[in-house]
Amino acid sequence: GGGGGGGGGGGGGFRALALGVSFLKCLLIPAYYSTDFEVHRNWLAITHNLPLSQWYFEATSEWTLDYPPFFAWFEYALSHIAKYFDPQMLVVENLNYASRATIFFQRLSVILTDTLFIYAVHECCRCIKEKRAAKDILEKPAFILAVLLLWNFGLLIVDRILSNQEFQFCFVFFQKRYLEGALLFAVLLHFKHIYIYVAPAYGIYLLRSYCFTANNADGSVKWRSFSFLHVTLLGLIVCLVSALSLGPFLVLGQLPQVISRLFPFKRGLCHAYWAPNFWALYNAMDKALTILGLKCNFLDGTKIPKASMTGGLVQEFQHTVLPSVTPLATLICTFIAILPSVFCLWFKPQGPRGFVQCLVLCALSSFMFGWHVHEKAILLAILPLSLLSIQRAKDAGIYLILATTGHFSLFPLLFTPPELPIKILLMLLFTVYSFSSLKSLFRREKLLLNWLETIYLIQLVPLEIFCEIIFPLTPWKQHFPFVPLLLTSVYCALGITYAWLKLYVSVLTERTSVRQKAE
Amino acid sequence: MEKWSLMTITVLLALTVRWAVSLGSYSGAGKPPMYGDYEAQRHWQEITYNLPIRQWYFNTSDNNLLYWGLDYPPLTAYHSFVCAYIAKLINPDWVALHTSRGYESQPHKLFMRTTVFVADLLVYIPAVILYCFSLKETSAKKKVSSALCILLYPGLILIDHGHFQYNSVSLGLALWAVLCLSHDWDLLGSVAFCLALNYKQMELYHSLPFFCYLLGKCFKKGLKGKGLVLLAKLAGTVLVSFAACWLPFGTDVEQIMQVLRRLFPIDRGLFEDKVANIWCSLSVLIKIKNVISPRTQLKLSFAVTFLSLLPACIKLTVQPSLRAFKFALVSCALSFFLFSFQVHEKSILLVSVPVCLIINEIPFMATWFLLVSTFSLLPLLLKDELLLPYAVTTPAFLAVCLASFSILEKTSAEDLQLKAFSLSLRGYVSWFKSFPRIVRSLFLLSLSLMGVLSVLSAALPPPQRLPDLFPVAVATVSCLHFLLFLLYFNVVILWDSKNKGQKKIS
Repeated sequence: GGGGGGGGGGGGGFRALALGVSFLKCLLIPAYYSTDFEVHRNWLAITHNLPLSQWYFEATSEWTLDYPPFFAWFEYALSHIAKYFDPQMLVVENLNYASRATIFFQRLSVILTDTLFIYAVHECCRCIKEKRAAKDILEKPAFILAVLLLWNFGLLIVDRILSNQEFQFCFVFFQKRYLEGALLFAVLLHFKHIYIYVAPAYGIYLLRSYCFTANNADGSVKWRSFSFLHVTLLGLIVCLVSALSLGPFLVLGQLPQVISRLFPFKRGLCHAYWAPNFWALYNAMDKALTILGLKCNFLDGTKIPKASMTGGLVQEFQHTVLPSVTPLATLICTFIAILPSVFCLWFKPQGPRGFVQCLVLCALSSFMFGWHVHEKAILLAILPLSLLSIQRAKDAGIYLILATTGHFSLFPLLFTPPELPIKILLMLLFTVYSFSSLKSLFRREKLLLNWLETIYLIQLVPLEIFCEIIFPLTPWKQHFPFVPLLLTSVYCALGITYAWLKLYVSVLTERTSVRQKAE
Repeated sequence: MEKWSLMTITVLLALTVRWAVSLGSYSGAGKPPMYGDYEAQRHWQEITYNLPIRQWYFNTSDNNLLYWGLDYPPLTAYHSFVCAYIAKLINPDWVALHTSRGYESQPHKLFMRTTVFVADLLVYIPAVILYCFSLKETSAKKKVSSALCILLYPGLILIDHGHFQYNSVSLGLALWAVLCLSHDWDLLGSVAFCLALNYKQMELYHSLPFFCYLLGKCFKKGLKGKGLVLLAKLAGTVLVSFAACWLPFGTDVEQIMQVLRRLFPIDRGLFEDKVANIWCSLSVLIKIKNVISPRTQLKLSFAVTFLSLLPACIKLTVQPSLRAFKFALVSCALSFFLFSFQVHEKSILLVSVPVCLIINEIPFMATWFLLVSTFSLLPLLLKDELLLPYAVTTPAFLAVCLASFSILEKTSAEDLQLKAFSLSLRGYVSWFKSFPRIVRSLFLLSLSLMGVLSVLSAALPPPQRLPDLFPVAVATVSCLHFLLFLLYFNVVILWDSKNKGQKKIS
């Protein structure tokens, strides 16, 4: 057959989008790959060759297995396909092995697992209710959402399954299929423990909407409607999944080892390249104060620890002026930052919308204050926020700021010259589309961004030109190679912090406005 | 969404695909001693930068013409010179005389890819955008989707950004010429076409329609009044632009003769490699090269080409119209490709670009032709290890055409511009009712044939006794397609005017 043709309205449009993005990914197979490539090759080798008891002990490569067991099983399954491509990649000692077949296999595995994501997005888009029937397919909210999710710049350049599965239960929650959602999330958590950041949102939402089956007239919780059956069911699901995942290691008595691999607090506060969060601003402040102190002779130059911020490998970073940050401090900060959003979800449940809001806030808050956050984690917030952005002009504005700065902060991930045009073109593609489509969607509302925000976003262009083109030509390149990274991370941190605060304010104030309406 | 943001997205998408393809391999990568077209272009930079202009086309101790001697007209040489100047600024090793032979490195590849990218961005892409905006009687959305299809045509992308050539410059200039003619700026158009012709002599494939269209226009205005003035102006413009391009070589006749000898190498034979034209396909049955003497081959090919050109050209001269002009560009280029002497497989691009111009008029046939033309390049792309980009961009192009023109529903005689033809046949043939269905199944059959052949030539080693089995099969299948297309385009051209005549009468 020759495909179904494009006559089929929304379905045809979605199919074209999904196909297009897969084709683009195929085309980028020979492009640059990051260390993640070697990380996953190593995990393939470990899970393929070693018995279960050795998985979390093996340390030939520096990239030890630090994902939960389900992911390890996934790699194990993949490795059985991998052996038909190139058995050499499954040898643990073959460090940094990258034959053509290996590259091809790894990329193909990503592209194929992404079909799960595509399916999830498809289901998600089906849930979008049409306010008014738009004639033009390009104007339909569902179509815009599909583009925003499928062609997301971050997902295109980050080369491994990161947030793929997340959407599968977003849609489940939209349809109020709680049990399936809980099951999926529990499974997901054992694939990638990074999702523990958004677990509060899931927990509270399930408790509030599923365990309590009825509300009072004013929207507050009706304590008597507590359903014991529902709690048992939820508990059973979570326990079963955890047992399946961690059980074998519990029997082997390796649970502490697994946990220590999963939560490596021995690493530093920030990556070599600072993720653009609160700690980037904190570090920058510390640096600025140090330099100021040295200039004014408040500090003794000889006593300052020689902590390089530029080393390739993750390392500890000593603060000089401000107090150093401990893991516990970051935990407390994260907890405090998440708390209001969770309260919001509990006291003013707004159905799926409120849940997604809380999800975004949890992800963003933990990104802001988490320990050793990777810059990729910003996608955890950007993707769910896409869902909100097509529904209200206010959220669309926040989305544009967050997505643009967040994606820009991913630029240093691709630093080789041949990929420079690719990242700029893809970024432009996504940004132009998101701005113009959201603008036309909310054409009747007031402007999406105010002048200050516009100026801030426009200044990303000179920043990029300075970092990529002008700076390498200056003599400072030798002495201060870290300046572009520092500038990027601090500048993006400003935008992301601003978006976080704005979203928080909008969520909190919205609550009062609704209450006023109720009165 | 606004028209302009949609167009921006289209261009960005096209650029992304171009750069993504350029990350792959190029012709002759790591294959001493001759390498490929990539090395040829680099070598020309070396020659033009280091030697005085009088030695560029001559065999000297510094310029061995047997090693990728310059065989394109002066504008290509000037372009190489400009590129060489920039290359020298970045790294002098890239264009050092003698020692840079076969130079290959990642930064150099990046530089060369950038030069193609920039040329494409400056010449070809703006021409396509402006052309699509100037289309009449089409909605904004249709204009954008035509631009998307034209810019994503895989053949040109794969040859320029994968294999490595600068076709987008000469084809872009020819496009600018068409654009000018469609706005009635005849003089500017002829300048643009002269530039194209002086960039690659293969643009001669397009020269007859240009000539006939402009001549017909002069006739229409009356050869005794305005028409004669226009003719004189055109002739003057052409002479001046040629003189400007050839100025440095105009010092003596021997220079010009030598350049011409380099441009038209008659002794290289009837065809090269496995090209999808009639001579190569015929030689499966009869070895023409051995049977007929080279002189007779030349005469034969000239005669056949001329005969096949004649109908379309006469029609165009008698009734010059923009629509007929575009169709004539297609059919003349296709005649040249099929029948003329010394044809390269890459010359199919000269047919494809005019076909792109009429993609909004006959989306179904245009898509079909563009797919076949890309398929005919397969043996070349396999040699260059460009299988992956081929296998990705071709289905992607098909998907884009399906989505933006829904081509499978446009297979009726009217959609194929065959209404007049079918009317004149209706009395004799009774199967016209099922015509759309037949055409659609032929299309699907041809698609699956091309798909199967692509997979076979990529995956299977050829049998030992017939090492060229797959390239020859690809060439023959494409050639058969092209012959039918030539017939189709000629039918459209010849019956078109009759239709209009009937309208006028009624």
